[in-house]
Amino acid sequence: MKAKVTVMLKTGVLDPQGEAVRHALVGLGFDAVQGVRQGKVIELDLAPGTPETEVRQMCERLLANTVIERFTIEMA
Amino acid sequence: MLAAVTVFPGSNCDRDLKCALEAAGFKVAMVWHKDTALPPGVDLVGVPGGFSFGDYLRCGAIAAQAPVMRAVADHAARGGYVLGICNGFQVLTETRLLPGALMRNAGLKFICKTVDLVVETPDSAFTAGYGRGQVLRIPIAHHDGNYQADTDTLDRLEGEGRVAFRYGTDVNGAARQIAGVLSDNRRVLGMMPHPERAAETAHGSTDGRQMFAALAGTLVAA
Repeated sequence: MKAKVTVMLKTGVLDPQGEAVRHALVGLGFDAVQGVRQGKVIELDLAPGTPETEVRQMCERLLANTVIERFTIEMA
Repeated sequence: MLAAVTVFPGSNCDRDLKCALEAAGFKVAMVWHKDTALPPGVDLVGVPGGFSFGDYLRCGAIAAQAPVMRAVADHAARGGYVLGICNGFQVLTETRLLPGALMRNAGLKFICKTVDLVVETPDSAFTAGYGRGQVLRIPIAHHDGNYQADTDTLDRLEGEGRVAFRYGTDVNGAARQIAGVLSDNRRVLGMMPHPERAAETAHGSTDGRQMFAALAGTLVAA
């Protein structure tokens, strides 16, 4: 089984990289872009039956820094 | 007076820190990241600058899980002194020994230059040799030195006098220009600038030397 963890900066935390990407997109003429937030996706290959609670612990202990980041988990 | 300097794959200021500590009179043991204990009788642990584990995932995140950091956390819990510089500061926030987080510099560039660093409090073993408001010339060399914490945490740090250093100007976007913070017992210091790179005449500045001398003074007295 797999889990997909998405880690994003919390709302309100300035994202300098997202802002740079936004600038670049607008520079390319994509005037519709009003904001960009950049995060990361982490795919986990898991032993069958691994509970989501364990993935949550992985996120809290290592994959995300909950001081500045939030995460979502998709089990598949 | 014994100091231990942790070494991770990718540390690159470990020997500089060792030299600066030795010049101040410390005996220094290098401790590998897989070690599960510190040498007996360690007074001070230095967590050096560098790019531990290639800065993968987040700066300091993987080093924070290294076996030696559990020993460092136990040392801190016993009231031991810990000094984290640059990547070491990032490691200490990732282990939650210090509050907040270090994010990508606001200008997105790696910054390597000597900056003005303002001493905010002489009330710690690290800063006792400086005067409040004294301006030091200390190099920075980082890509992720933009200190951030929520407003309540920042207010608490300010209220408790735990902001040790501030940049003289806004160099990297850090909240309230914070360059270094102390733990609540004032025995753990994390700072982005490199005092060990301003410790000998050949470095161009010797303003960092007084930090190691003050630490030595405190530990001799203790």
